[in-house]
Formats: sequence, structure tokens, C-alpha cells
Amino acid sequence: MFIMVVGAGRVGYYLTKELLASGHEVVLIEKDPGRAAQVSADLGSIVINRDGCEGRDLESAGANRADIVVAVTGDDEDNLVICQMAKHHFNVPRTIARVDNPKNGELFRELGVSDVISATRNALAAIEQDIPVHELLHLAQLQHGDIEVVEAQITEDSPAVGQFARQLSLPDGCIIFALIRNDVLEVIRSDTMLQPGDKVVALSRTDTQDDVQRLLIGESPVEAVEA
Amino acid sequence: MRAIIVGCGRTGAGIAEALVGSGHEVTIIDVSSTAFRRLRPDFAGSAIRGDGTDGDVLRRAGAQGADLFFALTEGDNRNVLAAQLARDVFAVKRVVAKINDPVRAEAYTSLGLNCICRTAMMVDALKRFLGMEGDPHAQRVWETIGERDKAKVTEAS
Repeated sequence: MFIMVVGAGRVGYYLTKELLASGHEVVLIEKDPGRAAQVSADLGSIVINRDGCEGRDLESAGANRADIVVAVTGDDEDNLVICQMAKHHFNVPRTIARVDNPKNGELFRELGVSDVISATRNALAAIEQDIPVHELLHLAQLQHGDIEVVEAQITEDSPAVGQFARQLSLPDGCIIFALIRNDVLEVIRSDTMLQPGDKVVALSRTDTQDDVQRLLIGESPVEAVEA
Repeated sequence: MRAIIVGCGRTGAGIAEALVGSGHEVTIIDVSSTAFRRLRPDFAGSAIRGDGTDGDVLRRAGAQGADLFFALTEGDNRNVLAAQLARDVFAVKRVVAKINDPVRAEAYTSLGLNCICRTAMMVDALKRFLGMEGDPHAQRVWETIGERDKAKVTEAS
């Protein structure tokens, strides 16, 4: 596969090294001449000292035949533009953007970026698994983010408390399949009754997650106040 | 009419004062509070210090449902992000992004964003000054705004 990585910070540098080791064809684009020289001493001629946001520079680096463009500069806005130019101007089938502001993740996907990676989001998820939350935890993405594995923590206020699994009117595209109760993993059956403290693991389409949240966790405190 | 302007450079400050002068409600955002010195001391709009590519900052500035949004920072990509936030998240009716790179301006114009490209406009103006034929690209970027929105904006004022 031909993969174009834009931004030779630490993420771009290590990503390029790993991709090369897996046998992919890679080019790494870095606009800062000093940094480009520094990484090319190690990675060789695949490092191109150009501006990945410039249409002409992307073209000369071979964007027309790239299978994947990965934008991992330190600026969310640059990563968005790189991915949008790659997709719309060069018909690159798959684009991946790094976002530091976790709130940009959803927007970037709506704006056509295939995948969004966020260290901030991952760190948040890691922290939130240890503290009580009133939102779905996003554990993993499947199908380029269309389907997610999510976890819902059932509290005493959850509308699902005391209900059998078969009584829950789950939206289409959502399956609840396991729960963690007293640190033990159990498979959810139709006669499993949900209790406070359960952590329910579900597969859910991203567009039905609001319904899943309402059903398993209830309205979030913020929304309740606004309503 | 309610207008949000991101970037208080000469252009941002100039259009902010023009809009305030014709009675509109204007909020101007810049990362640097010293940029607001470009505004007249008696500027009657609001000035907010913050990053105009951050959705939280835009919300605080009242971007939700605003009538007009100009992204006029020195960074093309910041303007692209701010403008798309305004259009897609905050449902602003008329959005214009300054994009100085003509390739990017053309690309985003074809994606339906109203782009204003200083480079293309100046090259076009200088070519006309020299009696040469104007730059069709500059025309296209400019007319996108003209046809779709310019009339409505003047009419509203």
C-alpha cells in the first residue's frame, strides 16, 4: 500500500518507521526544513520537505496515487485541510486525521475525513473507565467509525434498572451482549435483569447512540437542566 | 443582523466597523487582545479574546444561528476550519472564508464554501491595470460571494 504521512513530529516519525518496517511504501512530508533534514538523516529520501497543505506539493509527492493519507501535524486545522484536499482534490480513498481538540473529532468525520485519531480522547476514555460517568464510553470503532463498541454504566437513576434485557426497546443497529457485574464478565441473556453498578457493553451504530444512552443511562444531567 | 468575525487584522477590524456603522450587531474574535487596538476606541460591537477555530469559543461568542460569519485570520487553514464550524455546527446563514492560496481557494469554492482569495484578486487587479485579460479564477471566487450572498447582505442592511 502507498501511504502518505504529513507532519514529521514524533507521531509522524514513529508511524513512518513502523509502516516502513511492515513493508509499506511511505512518503513523509514535513514543511520545516530543519526537522525534515533531521528525520531524513534517519529515514532517507522518502522524507519530502514540502508543505502538505499546498495542493501543488501534495501532487508532486504523489497524492494522486496514494491509498491512504495520514495527517498528523500538531494543528487540527492543518490536518483537516490536508485530508479534505486529499479526498476531494486527489480522490484519495482513505484519510486519517489527528485531532487534539476532542470536540473536533465528530465534525471532521462529518466533513469527510474517514478516520479520526485523538490522544486526548483516548486518555479521557482511559480515565473515565475508572470514575463514574453519565455518558457512553467509546471503547473501539469498527467500520471506519460507523459502528462503535460502547460501555454504559448503569446507575440507580437509569431507566433500565430492574428491567429484563428482552424488555429494553433497543434501536435498530444496537446489540447489548455482555455486562460486567462485580468485576465478573457475564453474557447478557433475555432474562438478565439490569442492576445498578452493571457496566453494559454494546455494539451500536453511531447514529443511534443518543437513543442507547437515553435507554441505558437516562438523560444527561446537563440536558435535564436545559429541558 | 448579527455578525461574527474571526481575526481582528486590518480587514477584520475594517469590516467590523463598517457593519457596526450600519447598525448591525458585531462580535469580533482574536487570539491576541492587542489586535483589538485596530478597532476605534468607541467601537460599539463586542470583542472576545479566544481561538476562533474552537467550537466552545464560537459558541460563547454567539455563533449559533448568526446571520453572517467572516473567517479572516492570517491562516488559510484556520479560516477553513472556522468557516466549516460556523456553517455545519452553528448553522450560520452566510459564511465567507479568506483563503490566500489560490489552489485551496478553488478547491473549497468547489466544495461550496464562499472563499475570498486576496492573491487571486490582486493578480487579477494588476493584470487589468496592465491592460491584460483578467484572471478567470479570481472572477469565479469573487462571483460566488456576489451571486449567492452579496445582494442579500446589502439588502439586509
